[in-house]
Amino acid sequence: MTPQPEREAAVTAPFPPRHRASTRIWHWVNFACIVILFMSGLNISNAHPWLYWGDAGFLPEDAWFAVMRFPGWATIPDYYSLAAARDWHLTAALPYAVGLLFIWISMLANRHFCRDIATRGREWDRNAIKQDVRNHLRFEFDPADGKYNFFQKLSYGLVYGVMLPLMIFTGMAISPGWEPALGWMIELMGGRQSARSLHFITAWAIFVFFVLHVALVFVSGPIGQMRSMILGNRK
Amino acid sequence: MSLHRRDILLAMGVTLVGACSKVADSGGSTVFDTAEDLHRKAQRLFQSRTALVKEYSPEDISPFFRGNGTTRPAEASYALSAANGFADWRLTVGGLVDNPLAFSIENIRRLPQRTQITRHDCVEGWSAIGQWTGPQLSLVLDAAGLQDSARFIVFRCADELNGNAYYESIDLLDAYHPQTIIAHQLNGEPLPIRNGAPLRMRIERQLGYKHAKYLTGIEAVASLDGIGGGEGGYWEDRGYQWYAGI
Repeated sequence: MTPQPEREAAVTAPFPPRHRASTRIWHWVNFACIVILFMSGLNISNAHPWLYWGDAGFLPEDAWFAVMRFPGWATIPDYYSLAAARDWHLTAALPYAVGLLFIWISMLANRHFCRDIATRGREWDRNAIKQDVRNHLRFEFDPADGKYNFFQKLSYGLVYGVMLPLMIFTGMAISPGWEPALGWMIELMGGRQSARSLHFITAWAIFVFFVLHVALVFVSGPIGQMRSMILGNRK
Repeated sequence: MSLHRRDILLAMGVTLVGACSKVADSGGSTVFDTAEDLHRKAQRLFQSRTALVKEYSPEDISPFFRGNGTTRPAEASYALSAANGFADWRLTVGGLVDNPLAFSIENIRRLPQRTQITRHDCVEGWSAIGQWTGPQLSLVLDAAGLQDSARFIVFRCADELNGNAYYESIDLLDAYHPQTIIAHQLNGEPLPIRNGAPLRMRIERQLGYKHAKYLTGIEAVASLDGIGGGEGGYWEDRGYQWYAGI
């Protein structure tokens, strides 16, 4: 019933789809999940806005960081409710985790990762990186071959490989029910309160990526970019 | 072609928006409940039923163990009992059991004991480490003889929060976990009042609100309906998750 997107595109468009269907579907599902997770997470943070290192911590004077109180417009729900925020957070965590597993499997299977995201040895050359920085400062982002430039590969690699999975692992490390199975991982993170701090820091790292990502979409032709992420075809 | 695909994506978008607005109204509780169930099942699928949480060394113990929720029950009977060193305190074990039992604190102390240094994780986000001593709940349940129809264990408490009796409940899997104990000691001393004197539950794989304090009764039931607000606990009746392993 559903047409094979790749094949159809090949027939009707001179270019292959810029983003595969799997990438596009995951991108938007993941976007929805991240918005819910981030905003409900800010509500949860308001319940005890202090961060600690190590296994334990509950006194504000032992905290390494006192988090601001996030206003209602930034949280889900838009009033303080730890119970409701946890409902949203724990529910969105499931499609988020399954989605990340799905995109990793599909991008390894369809070679999207190896072809487009994994950096090559020569790209780590100092002069090449300098050139990339210069191009970025001139707002020239697309390398001549139409592939991702070095910083795109690096940031997508960090997001896919480090930040997004780390949110799942630190989230599980905070959950007391996972403790028997994941004790070693919690220890590796430096204890439950360290895992909680990492969960918070990584969430904001993803937020920074999100802001840059959206800003760069705007300066690089937002209509074309949205088109290719929604419909997939280049022209 | 793109029209066709656009239709599909549009339909997906509408479904997503529809799903979200559904979550937002009362029907949403079923989506949230399903997610809670999936988390619980995932945790139990990947771990053995009796897998233990980490036990710490004495030097890891928090110098002060924070009390949360009720830190001193307001009831006059509690104050009176506390003044007498809880000599008249009774813990009853009843409901769907063959032999209803009643324990004094002295009886509880005479049972085989388990001592464990564990981390207490509050739903708010903080953690504290303490050493807890008491008999395993499984011991008491076996002595009372659980009937086949029992599916949950309900904990009755002496304290009220905002005029409502505190209570909690767990399923039999957590009730029979080796680290689920009826604690009467914290760090080698009788429980301080702020931490639930004279008896409190330790349910180590779940968040703090499950660990009922000021324990007066253990009740085996087939269903949580009709108990309190019917959601299985004081905080659960106020929207919190019944399964607090997440």
